[in-house]
Amino acid sequence: MAEAETSIPIPEELVREPVSEVGQMSQWQLMRLRFSRNRLAMTGVIGLAVMYVIVFLGPFLAPNDYMYQNTDYIFGQPNSITFIGPDGRFSLRPYTYEISTVLDEQSFKFVFVENREKKVPIRFFVRGDPYTLFGFIKSDVHLFDVDRPQRFYLLGADELGRDMFARILMGGQVSMTIGLVGVALGIILGSIMGTASGYWGGLTDDIMQRIIELIMSFPTVPLWAALAAALPPISATFTALHRYFLITVILSLVGWTGLARQLRAKVMAYRQSDFVQAALAAGASDARIIFVHMLPNAASHIIVVAALAIPSMILGETALSFLGLGILPPLVSWGALLKSAQQVAVVVQHPWLMIPGVAVVITVLFFSFLGDGLRDAVDPYSI
Amino acid sequence: MARYILRRSGYMLVTMIFVAVIGFLIIELPPGSYLEFEIARLRQLGGDMAPEQIRALEVRYGVHDPIYLKFWKWFSGFVRGDFGRSFEHRLPVSELLWQRLGFTVLISVLTMIFSWVVSIIVGVYSATHRYTIPDYAITVLQFIGLSVPNFLLALVLMVFAQQVLGMEVGGLFSGAYRNAPWSLAKFIDLLKHLWIPILVIGASGTAWLSRVMRGNLLDVLNMQYVQTARAKGLSERTVIWKHAVRNALHPLVMVLGMSLPGIISGETVVAIVLNMPTTGPLYFRALLQQDMYLAVTFLMFLAVLLLIGNLFADILLAWLDPRIRFE
Repeated sequence: MAEAETSIPIPEELVREPVSEVGQMSQWQLMRLRFSRNRLAMTGVIGLAVMYVIVFLGPFLAPNDYMYQNTDYIFGQPNSITFIGPDGRFSLRPYTYEISTVLDEQSFKFVFVENREKKVPIRFFVRGDPYTLFGFIKSDVHLFDVDRPQRFYLLGADELGRDMFARILMGGQVSMTIGLVGVALGIILGSIMGTASGYWGGLTDDIMQRIIELIMSFPTVPLWAALAAALPPISATFTALHRYFLITVILSLVGWTGLARQLRAKVMAYRQSDFVQAALAAGASDARIIFVHMLPNAASHIIVVAALAIPSMILGETALSFLGLGILPPLVSWGALLKSAQQVAVVVQHPWLMIPGVAVVITVLFFSFLGDGLRDAVDPYSI
Repeated sequence: MARYILRRSGYMLVTMIFVAVIGFLIIELPPGSYLEFEIARLRQLGGDMAPEQIRALEVRYGVHDPIYLKFWKWFSGFVRGDFGRSFEHRLPVSELLWQRLGFTVLISVLTMIFSWVVSIIVGVYSATHRYTIPDYAITVLQFIGLSVPNFLLALVLMVFAQQVLGMEVGGLFSGAYRNAPWSLAKFIDLLKHLWIPILVIGASGTAWLSRVMRGNLLDVLNMQYVQTARAKGLSERTVIWKHAVRNALHPLVMVLGMSLPGIISGETVVAIVLNMPTTGPLYFRALLQQDMYLAVTFLMFLAVLLLIGNLFADILLAWLDPRIRFE
């Protein structure tokens, strides 16, 4: 997959560089230069950095706690914001409207109506639900909120009246890290297997290749689901956090095969190369050849394959949680949030339940841009 | 060629046995056995159970057998077509399997054909019109196709079909035909429902394949024999379709086997949203209910489908490229 050319062609300015300067740069400098000139890749990097900051500051940015259930606002729609003050003039302070519950005579359901006459100011840096940031900063100050008894729902509420905005940010903490952890584990497994397979060849290689073929002969999502279904239920000894880590392990158990195959090919090619033959002739040990001569050469390649594998891991977690086999409460992830949006009727009535899907798409897009940029940068001499 | 096919089939059989081992491990993995489930059910039906009854059940299900004997019992049964019982449906698994598997195969094959036809056409177009506005538009669509989770795409398309086109969505048949015997009208009804699943399941594969096709064709178009063909005065159409595309198809056949798992995975997930009578909904439900015989039978058949698909892909490639046969 990584071999496929999937980059968006960018007008190449590298050609205009004076040749002498290029000659003085190291390989890594060249890669960095090439990467930083790729506008899409930089969009990906900056976009992801912003998103990580936002999701990890989530409890501070969201006005409500992600677990707070408001039975008076079940499936409530997003509150609107206006910059026209109660006096009818433009004001810098944003306002929202008072919400009242009305029985719809036609459908006999309660609907939420904004009272356009009654404006409620949105205040900044106010005290509200307590939270813990990064696991150790305890606070109750939120970036913005409205005065009680009203609560402010920027992106609406779910089936238990919980704030979707807060839940999306909390879900992001899981969804945006599970791919990274999974890929990190996959790199370790894939590097060991791929290097061993390519370096020693023979029977080791045959066995490894059969194992890889075996894993690849299962459809991924059903296999992930079967392994996830074998995990014990959430209890006092097996918390949702344990499950999170085991899910990453499951994702990487299936995901390492691609990297192992590519690394095997690289290592096999290096084995024939002059520098490895020279090291062999000089009496270097296998460990020295692998760790000093081969892996540093393959490092850029490993990074690229890893970056290109992140999107499929994120999508895998999303699918698993969507099916109810991935992340379980009290943790949330974007896939788990989308679980409420399984039926067309629900989506038509409460379209804001689809917003976590938008977050998934944006994240995966940014990671793809990043991966493609890295792949183009690794070969800085190509035009 | 016959020897090659024979050797590949041999490999496939060995892989199948290992697939069975993994399937068996997955049955044995979850805590709590089908026996506990059965006991709980019998208790619910009426009264408590005597220890003798439990012991009799344990013997019948071979709970205390050593693991290799358990595996052999299950595997030999599996080969003979006895896949165990589904506790949830109170039926032998084989009765639940075949029709659903049939629809899965139908949809997978149609999706495959769809994504090949579209990706070859799109790939050739964007390679021959490189750096034009349609090429950039195609690139954007490809990125989107690769980044949208397929179930989300299914939801969006269903909302679109329902709200804008006013169609009855979900399932493979309209209500009137669901339980009707096969007829021409039912077949036409099926065709009307098929486009959403095919489009949704094929989206990411098509995005990827057309990208591969574009890259391949760009490589081939730079080769000297293409220049020669042009220099001979052949029309551009002949140069591209007769000379370049034929050689650019090779890597595409090579990744044919790799694109199958995506289609089958996608089919199982999308089927839940689209409420299709295929393996997916039953499979994931069985996993959630820990109905492991049913789940593993489905998983094994999906894997076998993939293996057969890969075998076809390899044979096709060997037929196209004689070098592979003698490797």
